[in-house]
Amino acid sequence: MTTQNQDTNIQTGSISAAIISSGIGSMIIGFMTTGAVLSSGLKDFLNLWNPAGPLTGKTTMGVLAWLVSWFILNSIMKNKEYDLGKAFKITMILLGIGLVFTFPLVFEAFE
Amino acid sequence: MSLTTRELWTAIHGMILGAGFLLAFAGGYAGLYSLKSELLTAEGIKERLVRLKWGTSIMALISWLTVITGTYIVYPWYRATPPEGADMSLYPRSFLKADPALSGWHVFGMEWKEHVAWISPILATAVAYLVWRYGPMLIKNQQFRKIVMVLFLLAFATAGIAGLFGALITKAAPII
Repeated sequence: MTTQNQDTNIQTGSISAAIISSGIGSMIIGFMTTGAVLSSGLKDFLNLWNPAGPLTGKTTMGVLAWLVSWFILNSIMKNKEYDLGKAFKITMILLGIGLVFTFPLVFEAFE
Repeated sequence: MSLTTRELWTAIHGMILGAGFLLAFAGGYAGLYSLKSELLTAEGIKERLVRLKWGTSIMALISWLTVITGTYIVYPWYRATPPEGADMSLYPRSFLKADPALSGWHVFGMEWKEHVAWISPILATAVAYLVWRYGPMLIKNQQFRKIVMVLFLLAFATAGIAGLFGALITKAAPII
């Protein structure tokens, strides 16, 4: 059964999946950025292509996390109704975490 | 008057792709802002949506091309390790780090730019998908439209940080 927002007739589950997953991808880029400072093993693991260094792995992980989480969330939520305001708040928190952990004064504090 | 291969790719990355995304933002944002039924006729809404769909999609593509060329073409030239006795001006990262007066451009500027830039295409793609898939609903549900506008604004802001520092770092230590 497809449940939709009665007032606006939009599939809020699929929309929420799309926006929340963008926050997850951003957060993972942040985690990888700071994680590579904290762990030399992770830094080496993320060095997928030596000329560009660990940046390749950090961003690849972020993009993969975004796409995989989008697929999973959409599979779960596509036929459900979800509060868009709540989805937006979750996304902003995830994105905020991503922005904090990609900020040099934060991740360089762990060096 | 000529450009080296490195200068050409740096210009493609920053001045064509990156700047193109930033310049296109105002048009896209204005389009989203004014996507209100009371401001547009039915024909106007139809025309505006087609433009927004293509505009946000092309912007998302440009955003991806910007970060991919930056990371995989330009950045390796920036971060290359100089051999013994090399002309340091050909190795921007080492050149900047060697001078305490300039090292902040790398330690803060480049370190922020290279990471935060990748958030932009993710957000821009989410916006393009939502506009393409649920375009007409942006008019019916103003909360949805405002959410898309915020995501679009953040895609611009993250790209703007990257673009600003890219220009300033290039001024301090150009890739030649």
